[in-house]
This record gives sequence, structure tokens and C-alpha cells, in this order.
Amino acid sequence: DIDDVGHKYYLELELEDVLDKDSTVNCTAEVLYHLGNKNIAPDVQFTLEGELKNTDEADNIFYNRVKSLEKELVAENIPDSHGNVPPEMEPIHLLAWVASGYVIWQNSTENTKFQLAQIKHVKQVKRTDEYLEFDYMILLHDMVSQEIIPWQMTVLWHPQHGVQVTQDSRQPKHASG
Amino acid sequence: MKILLVFAALVAAAGSERLFVGDQVLRITARDEEQIALLRVLGERAELQVDFWRDPTSPDHPADLRVPFPSLQAVKIFLESHSISYSIMIEDVQELLDEEKKNMTKSRRTERSTSTFDFASYHTIEEIYDWMDVLVDDHPNLISKIEIGQSYENRSLYVLKFSTGGSNRPAIWLDTGIHSREWITQATGVWTANKIAEEYGQDSSVTAILDSMDIFFEIIANPDGFVFTHSSNRLWRKTRSINAGSDCIGVDPNRNWDAGFGGSGSSSDPCSDLYRGPYAHSEREVKAVVDFIQGHGNVKSVISIHSYSQMLLFPYGYKRGPAAHHQELNELAKKAVSDLAAMYGTKYSYGSIANTIYLADGTTVDWTYDNGVKYSFTFELRDTGRYGFLLPSTQIIPTATETWPALLDIMVHVLENPY
Repeated sequence: DIDDVGHKYYLELELEDVLDKDSTVNCTAEVLYHLGNKNIAPDVQFTLEGELKNTDEADNIFYNRVKSLEKELVAENIPDSHGNVPPEMEPIHLLAWVASGYVIWQNSTENTKFQLAQIKHVKQVKRTDEYLEFDYMILLHDMVSQEIIPWQMTVLWHPQHGVQVTQDSRQPKHASG
Repeated sequence: MKILLVFAALVAAAGSERLFVGDQVLRITARDEEQIALLRVLGERAELQVDFWRDPTSPDHPADLRVPFPSLQAVKIFLESHSISYSIMIEDVQELLDEEKKNMTKSRRTERSTSTFDFASYHTIEEIYDWMDVLVDDHPNLISKIEIGQSYENRSLYVLKFSTGGSNRPAIWLDTGIHSREWITQATGVWTANKIAEEYGQDSSVTAILDSMDIFFEIIANPDGFVFTHSSNRLWRKTRSINAGSDCIGVDPNRNWDAGFGGSGSSSDPCSDLYRGPYAHSEREVKAVVDFIQGHGNVKSVISIHSYSQMLLFPYGYKRGPAAHHQELNELAKKAVSDLAAMYGTKYSYGSIANTIYLADGTTVDWTYDNGVKYSFTFELRDTGRYGFLLPSTQIIPTATETWPALLDIMVHVLENPY
């Protein structure tokens, strides 16, 4: 407890590479949830004790593949009802994972626990510059309220410049499901 | 395929019992028209009773001839004396028929048996309800199907009863699928029910359990929700009951039980996924189980299976303070979780609901515990969020396989600690 400021948490984490279970990196972090105003994202400081794997090759392959598509990439329900992700959609899935991490961070409080549940819909938006742009409609699952929250996010990506969420907005839930 | 044709024809003709002992089928190759003519004549000799399975049509095209045992010698002498070459294609027709009959019976049984059900896929409610009937048919002395009530939309609430006899024996209750989107649970339920059936008489623990206790297994505890996850919204959690005065549908069936009902661990908003309902046991799906357990009067354990988070939980959810049997339940959970991890390394946490996951009131196991069922546990199966509710079907069998030893630990403990 930090008086008049908020609650600070000290964390020791082990990060596991989702694509290579044996590859782990230790990490320490400090998270400060601000008192009162729920519209401010928590402050996060972290230190990686080691290096993250270099993914340049896979990034460039994916980048070139999408750049060379004639029609804009469109997909829905990733994963599908049975948990399947077609192999060519896996990078789209991973990109959503990273981008939703930003959205989750920006909207987290001590009373939320978000996970990306599903990509409902994704559409590529063609650009004249070197970036790839995707318009995602995702579903976030909040473990605490058990709600499924639709969320729109616009994601920019480039292998050398990384991921950016340029726009995001929470969507209304349908009443009868 | 030729054999099947023959079999069908012979069965039609003769009722098939042991009429072809020693009969042979000869493959004959006539080398010219003269030999073809001779073969035709052979076929017309009524006293020999031969029949061509493949007629002699032209030289170099083999003819197949079934020869009854009593005519064998005469036919072979005829062929040899005319230098017509032949070989024995079938040494004993009856033997072949017997083997074929055995194979057909076996395959007919396999088609409608549990061994062809695909446990590694997610299924519809119809497929699971059909499979239940097959399971019961395959184990008529062990398993029966009972209906404990009906859902809001009037679907049957089925429970598989595993029993080797007795009268109102102490019982273990298992349920899966009370939250319909948790598909790994219904799939694990199907696999587990099959496993129990397979292991009775094979595994000493399962046998010991079923020799003195009954198991009741409700695989689809929320059929309306489950159908809805297939037809409309894969991520639907609640029942499908209509809420008066609201556009929002459904009640959280795991907040609707009369244990700490109505606290901060549930919602009063019908639109919430944690909506507790207008009053405790308002949901038919919940009331049916309440009535069953109370009516039975001798249920010693309730294991309610959910996903996801990888946890093994016990009461209480509606308050933070420890249950009276906290220590024993905690020790048992610890052992079960360790045996689960031994399979593939899957890590579970364990403890009371309130201290491990969150405050939750009106839950199944809090009610059963407060109503005399000491060994009340909730599982949260795989995973921890990477796929969440959309767990790939490739993980069904590994999940069920690793959960089995944990379930067995609990059931054995219940058996060995009567109360």
C-alpha cells in the first residue's frame, strides 16, 4: 500500500516462449495500480534477466507473404470452436495476442483478469507505406466477472518497427448472447 | 468381396449351417475352345452338383468352380484326363464361411460399440446422448441411464448410474458441463465414463470402489447452454432461462445454489454472466440435482468439473474462513494434484475456492458440503488462458488422461474413509 497513491506489487516471473516450451527467461517487475481513477493504466516497470529469441526470419517471411497478397487478408473465428488455428493464421493469432496485451494493460485494474478468448474477425487494411495494418474484432474473457467483452482494435506492424495499437474501443455486448 | 457375395447367396439358399464342409473351389484355365466346351458339359452333369462362380467364357480367362466334397475325386480325374490345368483356390469352403461369419459379427458389434466413438473430438448433444445409450448397451450389468429432470427448454437431464448392485449404496456424484462453454469438461466426462466402464474388473481401485459404492455421472449438466454453444454462441456460460423484465437470458448455474446465496460473489443483474437468478434453485437444471442428492440421501462425494485455470478447489467459495474439514480436503487435493502432474507435467494449484480463485457464492460444492457431502471438490481443467475455453481437441485425451489419477485419488479416499 502506498498512501494516497495506490497499491504496488513486486513480481518475480518466469517467461516461457509459447512456441518453444523449453525456452524460458526470468523477469522481475513492479506494477502500480493507481488509487481511485480507474481510467489510468497501471504503471509497469520490468527487467528481463536474459535475452528474448530473435525472430527476424519468421517475421520477414510473414511480412512478405502478407505484402504479396492480391486481396486483403480476411479471417474469422481464430481459434475455431474446436480450438483449431490453421497454420497460415498462426502469425495473425500471435499478433492479436501481442496487441491485445496492450489493450489488456490499458484496461486492467486489481479487479480484472483478462485473457484473449478469440479473434472474431480480422481484416487487413491495405496501406501505401511499409506497415501492415489489421482491423481486429476480438473477444476478451475477464476471469473475475466471467464476461466475454468484444473489443475492436486497429493494429500496425512492421518486422523492424514492432507492434502498435493505434485505436481500440470496447464494444457493447449482445443481450441474448 | 466375392466371398461376401457367395456367403449372401449361400445363406439365402441354405440357411448356412454346415453344408459346405470339405467343398473346394477350383480355378480352371481352359487353353482353347474345345476345353471350354468340355467344362460346360461338366457343369451340366447334375449328379456332380458343381457350380461355376465364374463361368468358362473364353480361353485364358480363368473359370472358378465350386465342387462339393463327394464330387471332388471325379471332377479332378475329369480335368486331369483332359489336360485341363487347374489349381485349388479354396481348400475348404465351410472353413471360409465360418471365418467370414465370425468377422461380420465382430464388425457389426464394433460399429455400434464405444470403441469407434471418437474421444479425441468435440461432439454435439445428439452424438453424446446416442453414445450414452451405446455405453449402457455394452455394459448392461454395470451402467444404466436415469433421467433426473428436464432443462428449461425441456431437454432431458441424463445421469449414468454405475452400480454393481446393493440398495442405495453410498455414492459418488460427478458432473461436467454445467457451464456450457467449458467444452473440455463434457469431452472429459465422456472419456472418463468410458474409462470407468473399461476398468471395472480390470483395475483394482475401480473394482473396489464399484463393489461397494455407486457412481452417478451427469455428463451434460446444462444441455440448453450446450446446444446454444453449438448453434449460436460458442462462449455461452449460463442456462437459457428467460429473465422476467429483462432482455438478457440465463442464470449462472454455479451461483444459483442455496449456500451463501446472494452475496458479493455473484450478481443481481440478469445480463451478467454471474447472475445468481431470482432465488436459490430457480434453475431446473440445479433443482434436479438438488432433489436427486437430497432424495438419494447417501451421497458421500460430489466432484463438479469446470474449466479453465488448472485448479483443484474445495469449499468455501462464499466465505474466506476455512471449512471444518479444510486440512483433510487440502491434503487430498495436494495428493491428487501431484498425481495429475506426474502424467505430463501439468501444474495445478489447489485450495479453497475463495482463497484460490475468487469469492463465489451459491456454488454447487458449497451447497453439497453444507448438506452433508464432506468430499466436495471442483476441478478447473486445462488450460491457463492460452486457448481458454477454445481448448484444441488434440488436448482432450491428454487432459482426460491426466485428470483420471486425480479423480481416482479422491474416489479411493472416499471409499476408504466412510462416514
